[in-house]
Amino acid sequence: MIFSGLSEKLQETFDKLKKKGKLTEKDVNAALREVRMALLEADVNYKVVKNLTSSLTERAVGAEVLKSLTPGQQVIKIVHEELVKLMGESQSKLAQPENPPQAVMLVGLQGSGKTTTAAKLALHLKKKAHRPLLVAADIYRPAAVDQLHVLGKDTEVPVFSKGKEAPRTIVAEAFQQARSGGHDYLVIDTAGRLHINEELMRELEELKQDFRPLEILLVVDAMTGQDAVNVAKSFHEQLGLTGVILTKLDGDTRGGAALSVRAVSDCPIKFAGTGEKLDAFEPFYPDRMASRILGMGDMLTLIEKAQGVMDEEKSRELEKKMRSQSLTFEDFLDQLQQVKQMGPLENLVEMIPGLNKASKGLGSLSLDEKQLARVEAIIKSMTREERQRPEVLNSSRRQRIARGSGTSVQDVNRIIKQFEQMKKLMKQVGSLEKGKGKKKKGLFPF
Amino acid sequence: MLEQFKKGLHKTREAFKGRLDHLFKKTEITPDFFDELEEVLISADVGVTTSLKLIEELRQRIQEKKIKEGAAAREELKGLLVELLQEGGSSELHFPETPPCVYLILGVNGVGKTTTIAKMAHHYTQKNKKVLLAAGDTFRAAAIDQLSQWSLATGVDLIKHHPGGDPSAVIYDAVNAAVARKSDLLLCDTAGRLHTKSNLLDEIKKMNRTIGKVLPGAPHETLLVLDATTGHNGIAQARIFHEAVPLTGIVLTKLDGTARGGIVIAVKDMTGIPVKLVGTGERKEDLHPFNPLAFADALLT
Ligand SMILES: Nc1nc2c(ncn2[C@@H]2O[C@H](COP(=O)(O)OP(=O)(O)O)[C@@H](O)[C@H]2O)c(=O)[nH]1
Ligand SMILES: [Mg+2]
Repeated sequence: MIFSGLSEKLQETFDKLKKKGKLTEKDVNAALREVRMALLEADVNYKVVKNLTSSLTERAVGAEVLKSLTPGQQVIKIVHEELVKLMGESQSKLAQPENPPQAVMLVGLQGSGKTTTAAKLALHLKKKAHRPLLVAADIYRPAAVDQLHVLGKDTEVPVFSKGKEAPRTIVAEAFQQARSGGHDYLVIDTAGRLHINEELMRELEELKQDFRPLEILLVVDAMTGQDAVNVAKSFHEQLGLTGVILTKLDGDTRGGAALSVRAVSDCPIKFAGTGEKLDAFEPFYPDRMASRILGMGDMLTLIEKAQGVMDEEKSRELEKKMRSQSLTFEDFLDQLQQVKQMGPLENLVEMIPGLNKASKGLGSLSLDEKQLARVEAIIKSMTREERQRPEVLNSSRRQRIARGSGTSVQDVNRIIKQFEQMKKLMKQVGSLEKGKGKKKKGLFPF
Repeated sequence: MLEQFKKGLHKTREAFKGRLDHLFKKTEITPDFFDELEEVLISADVGVTTSLKLIEELRQRIQEKKIKEGAAAREELKGLLVELLQEGGSSELHFPETPPCVYLILGVNGVGKTTTIAKMAHHYTQKNKKVLLAAGDTFRAAAIDQLSQWSLATGVDLIKHHPGGDPSAVIYDAVNAAVARKSDLLLCDTAGRLHTKSNLLDEIKKMNRTIGKVLPGAPHETLLVLDATTGHNGIAQARIFHEAVPLTGIVLTKLDGTARGGIVIAVKDMTGIPVKLVGTGERKEDLHPFNPLAFADALLT
């Protein structure tokens, strides 16, 4: 992958340089070139990178790096700090309505994910004991209104729509309904539009004038490239955004657009969409995004997720086993069930730095119900001894297990292989963590 | 065709008119020229690796050909881009000798798959072809309704099942229907999916196999839809979809915005997959054959 490990690359650069003795300013500049390339490959806007590198140079050629034993890590640390500074240090929340009902208006380009995000936001508010009303103001895209109705049903949030009436009329009537229905937030889904389409941008300006939304949030696809600055700048200049929502972060994009958008609009990113499911919606943490842009993975999110589903005692025990490589099939099954609660495995693997390569062999291990049932059947057909000492599994035993579980020998072989791979993977994660020098309590890194 | 394409790009050009004039009007090529060029290419999402490669190549050619002026360098670079985009064959869509012709349309969420299908349906009905649509997105809320509305607007038939159904089953029925009804062209819509979800890639492989089983030799085109605003992730999308099912082309959408869509150059460079069509708006008329020359010219304007 082109994206893999800026930190590794930097360490390599410095290792080479160190062989020749003392580090010089020139060496640090060479390292900063790597940083610059990494940021560009992460889709941070060219101009933003330019500004950033000049402030980085100032700090990095300082004594901190030159004297350090681990200059690579020092550089990363400085870059990370600067990115966090740029991205906004702390998490930014949605404004509370002082005179309910008030509107949150979602705006953005076509296909950025506004409709899904509207439903996610409404669900999020509902869970926080608010009373949102979804408003279908996308009168252009075929079936956009139907889509919002379906999502409203799924989330059990009422939806106001009025066919293809003018958005102003729709929103005005939605306000009436919100008042009489005791709603506090209106979440308005607007049609996707280009920031250079004057007519459609005017439509939004009018909505803003008439209804003074509490928030105007720009919905941005995390995979956006260099154009993110143009989009964010135009929308902000024309509408005065109050925040941003970044979508499709469940992919493998590094998401440099987040930085670009922030840099040109100075608006905080408030939420991140992380999947097609309606609860795949999270507060946005600038520091985690900074790590992600640098290709350092998203350890923190992972840790939080793991802690969310794992029983601490159990996970500590597992962690020990994994380090000593005494993992058994019983643990494996347990594991699969817990991992399943954490969401798709692919997502998790991507969050762990340096693991992309190691996890290639796990590609086939997607955890749908059916497969899990099969794995369960196979493991249950093993004897206790086999579960605890998988090395005894010779071919006649494998055949017996296949018959017993109603699967094929290939299935059994595959599970055994995946189990071995998992064991290996864990050993790597184990050493990776040790290498970082801080052991995470209660974390089962998977 | 070129005119149409250019008209599509008109808005973009207006917004950025003369953006690069200062660069290409230079009477002397200094090292700064290459730095600025790097900015031009990377800012157009051509991608870091491919941009650097192109600049290196240009540097050499400038030396070899003793080019002295910005304008001539621009022409040279344009030539390089066109060469890269055209390399390895034509960007014409493939039609089999005997109908039906089947196209499978793929891509991540929201890139414009369904709209592209509507546009293609419109284009080919205008050319008196009998077109059939398959509502293979059974996942996204109201996706089937969306395609239904387009099928009405373009006057073509649609094969659909219920929301939540097996997409391969819809596709299976649709291919059979295309054969039975003697359709010329079947366009298969699919749900948007990220290339990082292996179970969803498996689903695509299955659809692909289903099509081939019912109609050997099909699909005749497997097109990946890429949104022009996409950055480097477009490369990963193309690579991984291509590994799952062999792609025969790219449809580059949303070129009516300010994004230049340069990522298709990196995609071509790294995977060899050619761009075949471009989308320049939300109307059914806004689809055009890809024109490398016009594209390269717009990129450097
Ligand atoms: N401006 C513009 N919008 C487009 C273009 N193609 C599609 N869209 C819009 O992008 C949004 C998503 O399109 P859709 O076809 O539903 O995407 P899908 O999820 O990939 O099927 C819709 O609002 C379309 O109208 C294009 O070429 N230009
Ligand atoms: Mg669609």
